[in-house]
Amino acid sequence: MSTPSSPSSPSLAAGAKLTLRGRIVVPGIAVGEAMVSPEPISGWGGIDPAKGTIIERRHALFSACFTGKILVFPSAKGSSGWAGFFQATRLQGTAPLGMVIARISAKSALGAVVTRVPTLTDLDDDPCRVIATGDYVRIDADSGYLEVYKA
Amino acid sequence: MLLTDDEKRMRDGAEGPAVAAAMDLLLRYGRAVGAERLCEVRNVAGTMTQPSPVKAALVKEGGWDKAFAVINLDSDGDFAIPDMRVPTCQLQHGFGADALGIVPYPKQSIELQADAEAFYGRHGVNILATCTPYQVGNLPTFGEHCAWMESSAVIYANSVLGARTNCEGIASTGAASLTGKVPCAGNHRDENRHGTHLIEVDPRTGVDNFLDWGMLGYFAGGIAGEDHPVITGDFGRPDINDLKHFGAAAATSGGVELYHIPGITPEALTTEAAFGGAVPADGYGYGPAQRRHVYETLNEIGGSPDVDFVLLGCPHASVDQVRQAAAALEGRSLSAGTELWIMVPRALREIADRSGYTAVITRAGGRVLTDSCPAMSRTAPAGTRVFATDSAKQAHYLPAILGIEAWFGTTEECVDAAVTGRWRGELRP
Repeated sequence: MSTPSSPSSPSLAAGAKLTLRGRIVVPGIAVGEAMVSPEPISGWGGIDPAKGTIIERRHALFSACFTGKILVFPSAKGSSGWAGFFQATRLQGTAPLGMVIARISAKSALGAVVTRVPTLTDLDDDPCRVIATGDYVRIDADSGYLEVYKA
Repeated sequence: MLLTDDEKRMRDGAEGPAVAAAMDLLLRYGRAVGAERLCEVRNVAGTMTQPSPVKAALVKEGGWDKAFAVINLDSDGDFAIPDMRVPTCQLQHGFGADALGIVPYPKQSIELQADAEAFYGRHGVNILATCTPYQVGNLPTFGEHCAWMESSAVIYANSVLGARTNCEGIASTGAASLTGKVPCAGNHRDENRHGTHLIEVDPRTGVDNFLDWGMLGYFAGGIAGEDHPVITGDFGRPDINDLKHFGAAAATSGGVELYHIPGITPEALTTEAAFGGAVPADGYGYGPAQRRHVYETLNEIGGSPDVDFVLLGCPHASVDQVRQAAAALEGRSLSAGTELWIMVPRALREIADRSGYTAVITRAGGRVLTDSCPAMSRTAPAGTRVFATDSAKQAHYLPAILGIEAWFGTTEECVDAAVTGRWRGELRP
């Protein structure tokens, strides 16, 4: 088991390490670079599963690619095609490595399940505030925590 | 999760490998949403027939059984699909044969979908082929547990009908269709159905028509996100078209699956009932400034006034909406460079045909189309650069999906654009 989480701040020095505890959505371990969305993500009409990119023009991450990243986002929005589109990223080899969902719903829970990547939710601090794009993240969704190494 | 003996038998394979795979998905999904048990459903609305490159490859590899296993059950297994255990319908999907030669949509996709309809029809799937199953006879009763997908249908079922469904997905509805079960979490539980955000409509806003109910929905979704807005204040009584537009918009700008309008929707006779107790002291005001902001957001992708394409019927139009479009087009002709499509459930086109509305629209040069929409099928008339619509949902999605400009306005402004080829819409007080 990990050490308890320490008080966290988004402005920590490079190399600083944080630990967040959360609830397991999909078990497993994933390690990689974080891509943090400041706003909810649409599946259908919001991502291109062939390329693993965000395609919603009004979105802060418009045209960014989540393939091979730890996708950190506040929640899912939009169509019920959400999970099907993320399942398609798995079937087409463009899936993220893992997910950290601040607030889960049926759409994003099913999406994580069918993407089959380690996923946590209900963390003890806001992951979209504490984790920044480019930070290195290790999700341990067998034990229910993640470690953040600040970039 | 606590399972009944029946559920354990299904999990352990007593009903065959497909049902066991369905239970496996429900257990993985149930853990993901933190459910303690499953609940029984006898009304499933999902999607199996919609063509996609992934699906076409799976069908080639192992037929529709394989496609259902991978996509609708999230299973790697090879097994035959049994008949649906509970009533199950197909929602909107791709274009059908009636769009051949009209819509630039691949013939092989139409053929693949026809093949899918035949397979799933044999297994007991009702091919309603609409995003509005509630318009063509699938009306769950108050309090009934369902497993529906399609965000605009989910919000309608929960809010307008008082049925109970989460915003399910392809795999969870697939698993529910073979088991009659779905995780008992979220909207299925009393304690999760209360209002969370109070929205107060200013009397000067004039929310008493289709356009304004859509804009109010888009605003409510932006405020409430995935929570439950409660709409109070001063507005005209909405009809089913208004509520269809409101819900689709709220599910688009946010992830709203349930709202209450005290005195209108069935779970909230009063504002206190909507919140299950204390009403928030501070509400979010919706006045002329907020209304203008929504209008400008929905029109921010519009630049050129030269309109190539007008799209009505998102969510699928009611017979009354088809009649209204026909009335606006009576005796007029579309501009040479502009097309107009109105999307309806196929069952309702039969009524529109019989009532003479289709003939009026067709004479003017418009099309009454079924089964799909430009967003679902990722298609518009060849060469479309600028489109106009009376749907907040379609105005939101289509620019991202097709890379085109969008204008949003009233049904009459859209018909005017189709006739003149120019967008002349404006927000009236």
